[in-house]
Amino acid sequence: MENLHLVASAKTPEVLFDSETGVLLLKGRSIPENSIEFYKPLNDWIDLYASKPSTKTCIDMKLEYFNTSSSKCILDLFKKLERLDGTEVSVNWYFEEDDEDMEEAGEDYQAIINLPFQMIEVEEI
Amino acid sequence: MSLNNVYNLYRTMEEENVILSFKGILTSELLTSVLHIMEARMDSLHETSRTRKKVFNVLVECLQNLYHHVDESPLPISKEILERNSALVLIVKENDHFVVRTGNYINKDKAFDLQAKLKIINSMDKQELREYYQLSLNNSMVSKKGTAGLGLIDIARKSGNKLDFEFLKINEETSFFCLNVKID
Repeated sequence: MENLHLVASAKTPEVLFDSETGVLLLKGRSIPENSIEFYKPLNDWIDLYASKPSTKTCIDMKLEYFNTSSSKCILDLFKKLERLDGTEVSVNWYFEEDDEDMEEAGEDYQAIINLPFQMIEVEEI
Repeated sequence: MSLNNVYNLYRTMEEENVILSFKGILTSELLTSVLHIMEARMDSLHETSRTRKKVFNVLVECLQNLYHHVDESPLPISKEILERNSALVLIVKENDHFVVRTGNYINKDKAFDLQAKLKIINSMDKQELREYYQLSLNNSMVSKKGTAGLGLIDIARKSGNKLDFEFLKINEETSFFCLNVKID
Protein backbone atom coordinates (compact mmCIF):
# COMPACT_ATOMS: atom_id res chain seq x y z
CA MET A 1 0.00 0.00 0.00
CA GLU A 2 1.06 3.60 -0.46
CA ASN A 3 2.58 5.66 2.28
CA LEU A 4 0.76 8.76 3.45
CA HIS A 5 2.72 11.96 3.33
CA LEU A 6 1.24 15.39 4.06
CA VAL A 7 3.37 18.50 4.20
CA ALA A 8 2.98 20.72 7.27
CA SER A 9 0.96 23.94 7.00
CA ALA A 10 0.48 26.89 9.39
CA LYS A 11 -2.25 24.97 11.21
CA THR A 12 -1.63 21.30 10.41
CA PRO A 13 1.27 18.96 11.15
CA GLU A 14 3.52 17.03 8.83
CA VAL A 15 2.24 13.48 8.45
CA LEU A 16 4.33 10.53 7.36
CA PHE A 17 2.72 7.10 7.69
CA ASP A 18 4.97 4.30 6.42
CA SER A 19 3.24 0.95 5.90
CA GLU A 20 6.46 -1.04 5.58
CA THR A 21 8.24 0.14 8.71
CA GLY A 22 5.00 0.68 10.62
CA VAL A 23 6.27 4.10 11.75
CA LEU A 24 3.55 6.75 11.84
CA LEU A 25 4.72 10.33 12.38
CA LEU A 26 2.79 13.47 13.28
CA LYS A 27 5.05 16.49 13.63
CA GLY A 28 4.40 20.19 14.19
CA ARG A 29 1.17 21.95 15.11
CA SER A 30 -2.37 20.74 14.82
CA ILE A 31 -4.67 23.72 15.27
CA PRO A 32 -7.21 23.75 12.41
CA GLU A 33 -10.67 25.21 13.17
CA ASN A 34 -12.20 21.97 11.99
CA SER A 35 -9.90 19.03 12.45
CA ILE A 36 -12.31 16.33 11.19
CA GLU A 37 -11.45 17.15 7.60
CA PHE A 38 -7.74 16.98 8.25
CA TYR A 39 -7.80 13.71 10.20
CA LYS A 40 -10.10 11.82 7.81
CA PRO A 41 -7.35 10.68 5.38
CA LEU A 42 -5.27 9.58 8.38
CA ASN A 43 -8.11 7.42 9.67
CA ASP A 44 -8.79 6.05 6.19
CA TRP A 45 -5.14 5.12 5.80
CA ILE A 46 -5.16 3.21 9.10
CA ASP A 47 -8.31 1.34 8.00
CA LEU A 48 -6.40 0.12 4.94
CA TYR A 49 -3.23 -0.56 6.93
CA ALA A 50 -5.27 -2.72 9.34
CA SER A 51 -5.63 -5.45 6.72
CA LYS A 52 -1.87 -5.94 6.37
CA PRO A 53 0.03 -4.18 9.17
CA SER A 54 3.76 -4.33 9.83
CA THR A 55 4.81 -6.62 12.73
CA LYS A 56 5.37 -3.50 14.81
CA THR A 57 3.49 -0.22 14.63
CA CYS A 58 4.86 2.85 16.35
CA ILE A 59 3.25 6.27 16.30
CA ASP A 60 5.62 9.17 16.89
CA MET A 61 3.69 12.13 18.26
CA LYS A 62 5.94 15.15 17.90
CA LEU A 63 3.45 17.93 18.41
CA GLU A 64 4.37 21.45 19.38
CA TYR A 65 0.75 22.57 19.78
CA PHE A 66 -2.66 21.02 19.32
CA ASN A 67 -6.11 22.48 19.86
CA THR A 68 -9.13 20.83 21.47
CA SER A 69 -10.72 20.14 18.09
CA SER A 70 -7.64 18.05 17.25
CA SER A 71 -7.49 16.44 20.69
CA LYS A 72 -10.65 14.46 20.01
CA CYS A 73 -9.44 13.38 16.56
CA ILE A 74 -6.12 12.30 18.04
CA LEU A 75 -7.99 10.20 20.60
CA ASP A 76 -9.99 8.56 17.80
CA LEU A 77 -6.73 7.84 15.97
CA PHE A 78 -5.33 6.14 19.08
CA LYS A 79 -8.54 4.15 19.45
CA LYS A 80 -8.14 2.89 15.89
CA LEU A 81 -4.55 1.84 16.62
CA GLU A 82 -5.72 0.17 19.83
CA ARG A 83 -7.97 -2.11 17.76
CA LEU A 84 -5.30 -3.21 15.26
CA ASP A 85 -4.70 -6.97 15.11
CA GLY A 86 -1.47 -8.76 14.22
CA THR A 87 0.88 -5.92 15.10
CA GLU A 88 2.53 -4.70 18.26
CA VAL A 89 1.46 -1.07 18.71
CA SER A 90 3.23 1.57 20.79
CA VAL A 91 3.13 5.34 21.20
CA ASN A 92 6.12 7.67 21.48
CA TRP A 93 4.90 10.94 22.98
CA TYR A 94 7.47 13.74 22.56
CA PHE A 95 7.43 16.97 24.55
CA GLU A 96 9.85 19.84 24.93
CA GLU A 97 11.70 20.53 28.18
CA ASP A 98 9.56 22.58 30.59
CA ASP A 99 6.43 21.92 28.54
CA GLU A 100 4.41 20.44 31.37
CA ASP A 101 1.18 20.99 29.48
CA MET A 102 2.29 18.78 26.59
CA GLU A 103 3.61 16.18 29.01
CA GLU A 104 0.26 16.18 30.84
CA ALA A 105 -1.60 15.92 27.54
CA GLY A 106 0.34 12.73 26.81
CA GLU A 107 -0.49 11.38 30.24
CA ASP A 108 -4.17 12.20 29.65
CA TYR A 109 -4.19 9.95 26.58
CA GLN A 110 -2.22 7.33 28.43
CA ALA A 111 -4.96 7.25 31.09
CA ILE A 112 -7.64 6.60 28.47
CA ILE A 113 -5.86 4.46 25.89
CA ASN A 114 -4.70 0.92 26.46
CA LEU A 115 -1.40 1.13 24.56
CA PRO A 116 2.18 1.35 25.87
CA PHE A 117 3.26 5.02 25.97
CA GLN A 118 6.83 6.17 26.01
CA MET A 119 7.16 9.77 27.25
CA ILE A 120 10.19 11.36 25.60
CA GLU A 121 11.54 14.74 26.70
CA VAL A 122 13.53 16.60 24.05
CA GLU A 123 15.15 20.02 23.85
CA GLU A 124 13.27 20.98 20.72
CA ILE A 125 10.62 19.19 18.69
CA MET B 1 -15.94 59.00 15.51
CA SER B 2 -14.33 62.36 15.98
CA LEU B 3 -10.57 62.63 15.87
CA ASN B 4 -10.55 63.35 19.57
CA ASN B 5 -12.30 60.02 20.22
CA VAL B 6 -9.69 58.17 18.24
CA TYR B 7 -7.13 59.59 20.62
CA ASN B 8 -9.22 58.66 23.65
CA LEU B 9 -9.57 55.11 22.37
CA TYR B 10 -5.84 54.94 21.82
CA ARG B 11 -5.14 56.30 25.30
CA THR B 12 -7.52 53.81 26.90
CA MET B 13 -5.85 50.91 25.15
CA GLU B 14 -2.46 52.24 26.10
CA GLU B 15 -3.47 52.55 29.76
CA GLU B 16 -4.90 49.04 29.68
CA ASN B 17 -1.56 47.74 28.33
CA VAL B 18 -3.13 46.32 25.19
CA ILE B 19 -0.42 44.96 22.92
CA LEU B 20 -2.72 43.61 20.23
CA SER B 21 -6.38 44.15 19.49
CA PHE B 22 -8.92 43.19 16.91
CA LYS B 23 -12.60 43.92 16.40
CA GLY B 24 -14.43 42.40 13.48
CA ILE B 25 -15.35 39.10 11.89
CA LEU B 26 -12.95 36.29 12.70
CA THR B 27 -12.19 34.31 9.59
CA SER B 28 -9.85 31.35 9.38
CA GLU B 29 -7.21 33.44 7.56
CA LEU B 30 -7.48 36.17 10.15
CA LEU B 31 -6.93 33.67 12.95
CA THR B 32 -3.76 32.51 11.25
CA SER B 33 -2.56 36.11 10.96
CA VAL B 34 -3.35 37.05 14.57
CA LEU B 35 -1.56 33.95 15.86
CA HIS B 36 1.40 34.68 13.63
CA ILE B 37 1.63 38.30 14.80
CA MET B 38 1.32 37.24 18.43
CA GLU B 39 4.11 34.68 18.10
CA ALA B 40 6.40 37.29 16.59
CA ARG B 41 5.43 39.70 19.37
CA MET B 42 6.26 37.21 22.10
CA ASP B 43 9.58 36.48 20.42
CA SER B 44 10.47 40.16 20.44
CA LEU B 45 9.41 40.43 24.09
CA HIS B 46 11.77 37.50 24.85
CA GLU B 47 9.11 35.57 26.69
CA THR B 48 10.06 32.14 28.03
CA SER B 49 9.05 29.16 25.98
CA ARG B 50 6.60 28.15 28.76
CA THR B 51 4.80 31.52 28.63
CA ARG B 52 4.81 31.59 24.82
CA LYS B 53 3.20 28.19 24.64
CA LYS B 54 0.57 28.90 27.27
CA VAL B 55 -0.43 32.22 25.73
CA PHE B 56 -0.51 30.69 22.26
CA ASN B 57 -2.65 27.76 23.40
CA VAL B 58 -5.14 29.95 25.27
CA LEU B 59 -5.32 32.35 22.36
CA VAL B 60 -5.98 29.54 19.87
CA GLU B 61 -8.90 28.25 21.94
CA CYS B 62 -10.34 31.74 22.60
CA LEU B 63 -10.15 32.69 18.91
CA GLN B 64 -11.65 29.42 17.79
CA ASN B 65 -14.47 29.76 20.31
CA LEU B 66 -15.24 33.13 18.74
CA TYR B 67 -14.87 31.70 15.23
CA HIS B 68 -17.43 28.97 15.94
CA HIS B 69 -19.84 30.49 18.44
CA VAL B 70 -20.38 34.21 17.95
CA ASP B 71 -24.05 35.23 17.67
CA GLU B 72 -25.45 38.21 15.85
CA SER B 73 -25.71 41.67 17.26
CA PRO B 74 -29.31 42.56 18.18
CA LEU B 75 -28.77 46.23 17.48
CA PRO B 76 -30.70 47.83 14.64
CA ILE B 77 -29.26 47.07 11.23
CA SER B 78 -27.19 50.03 10.31
CA LYS B 79 -24.30 48.17 8.84
CA GLU B 80 -23.54 45.32 6.54
CA ILE B 81 -24.92 41.99 7.74
CA LEU B 82 -21.40 40.62 7.98
CA GLU B 83 -20.46 43.16 10.59
CA ARG B 84 -23.12 41.82 12.92
CA ASN B 85 -21.11 38.72 13.79
CA SER B 86 -18.04 40.58 14.87
CA ALA B 87 -16.13 39.96 18.08
CA LEU B 88 -13.55 41.79 20.13
CA VAL B 89 -10.16 40.39 21.09
CA LEU B 90 -7.62 42.18 23.26
CA ILE B 91 -4.26 40.85 24.33
CA VAL B 92 -2.88 42.58 27.37
CA LYS B 93 0.58 42.38 28.87
CA GLU B 94 0.73 43.45 32.51
CA ASN B 95 4.03 43.24 34.33
CA ASP B 96 4.74 39.53 34.52
CA HIS B 97 1.62 38.09 32.95
CA PHE B 98 -0.62 38.11 29.89
CA VAL B 99 -4.40 38.48 29.74
CA VAL B 100 -6.58 37.49 26.81
CA ARG B 101 -9.88 39.39 26.79
CA THR B 102 -12.73 38.60 24.43
CA GLY B 103 -16.21 40.04 23.91
CA ASN B 104 -19.09 38.83 21.76
CA TYR B 105 -22.85 38.71 21.50
CA ILE B 106 -24.55 35.52 22.60
CA ASN B 107 -28.17 34.31 22.55
CA LYS B 108 -29.92 33.95 25.90
CA ASP B 109 -30.24 30.15 25.79
CA LYS B 110 -26.61 29.62 24.92
CA ALA B 111 -25.59 32.14 27.58
CA PHE B 112 -27.47 30.12 30.21
CA ASP B 113 -25.59 26.90 29.36
CA LEU B 114 -22.27 28.68 29.01
CA GLN B 115 -22.63 30.33 32.40
CA ALA B 116 -23.41 26.98 34.02
CA LYS B 117 -20.35 25.43 32.40
CA LEU B 118 -18.09 28.31 33.48
CA LYS B 119 -19.31 27.99 37.07
CA ILE B 120 -18.53 24.26 37.09
CA ILE B 121 -15.07 24.89 35.66
CA ASN B 122 -14.33 27.63 38.21
CA SER B 123 -15.42 25.39 41.10
CA MET B 124 -12.70 22.86 40.23
CA ASP B 125 -9.09 22.63 41.31
CA LYS B 126 -6.26 21.54 39.02
CA GLN B 127 -6.73 17.80 39.52
CA GLU B 128 -10.53 17.98 39.18
CA LEU B 129 -10.17 19.94 35.94
CA ARG B 130 -7.84 17.31 34.63
CA GLU B 131 -10.31 14.52 35.40
CA TYR B 132 -13.16 16.56 33.89
CA TYR B 133 -11.10 17.07 30.74
CA GLN B 134 -10.28 13.36 30.41
CA LEU B 135 -13.90 12.40 30.98
CA SER B 136 -15.13 14.95 28.42
CA LEU B 137 -12.45 13.97 25.93
CA ASN B 138 -13.39 10.31 26.13
CA ASN B 139 -17.15 10.87 26.02
CA SER B 140 -17.67 13.87 23.80
CA MET B 141 -18.62 13.74 20.16
CA VAL B 142 -17.12 16.14 17.67
CA SER B 143 -19.74 18.30 16.00
CA LYS B 144 -19.79 18.88 12.25
CA LYS B 145 -18.09 22.20 12.92
CA GLY B 146 -15.26 20.30 14.57
CA THR B 147 -15.96 21.48 18.11
CA ALA B 148 -15.61 19.05 21.00
CA GLY B 149 -16.82 21.12 23.96
CA LEU B 150 -13.37 21.03 25.50
CA GLY B 151 -12.16 24.56 24.79
CA LEU B 152 -13.03 26.25 28.07
CA ILE B 153 -11.77 23.37 30.19
CA ASP B 154 -8.51 23.51 28.28
CA ILE B 155 -8.29 27.29 28.66
CA ALA B 156 -8.79 26.96 32.43
CA ARG B 157 -6.14 24.25 32.67
CA LYS B 158 -3.54 26.12 30.64
CA SER B 159 -4.15 29.48 32.30
CA GLY B 160 -3.91 28.10 35.83
CA ASN B 161 -6.37 30.79 36.99
CA LYS B 162 -10.10 31.09 37.51
CA LEU B 163 -11.92 32.32 34.42
CA ASP B 164 -13.20 35.84 34.88
CA PHE B 165 -16.45 36.40 32.98
CA GLU B 166 -19.57 38.52 32.74
CA PHE B 167 -22.81 38.47 30.76
CA LEU B 168 -24.17 41.94 30.08
CA LYS B 169 -27.84 41.97 29.27
CA ILE B 170 -28.49 43.80 26.00
CA ASN B 171 -32.16 42.92 25.57
CA GLU B 172 -34.53 40.00 26.32
CA GLU B 173 -32.88 37.74 23.75
CA THR B 174 -29.24 38.70 23.72
CA SER B 175 -26.34 39.27 26.07
CA PHE B 176 -22.80 40.43 25.57
CA PHE B 177 -20.31 37.86 26.86
CA CYS B 178 -17.00 39.09 28.25
CA LEU B 179 -14.22 36.67 29.10
CA ASN B 180 -10.91 37.46 30.77
CA VAL B 181 -8.21 34.82 30.88
CA LYS B 182 -5.14 35.55 32.92
CA ILE B 183 -2.03 33.56 32.09
CA ASP B 184 0.79 33.57 34.63
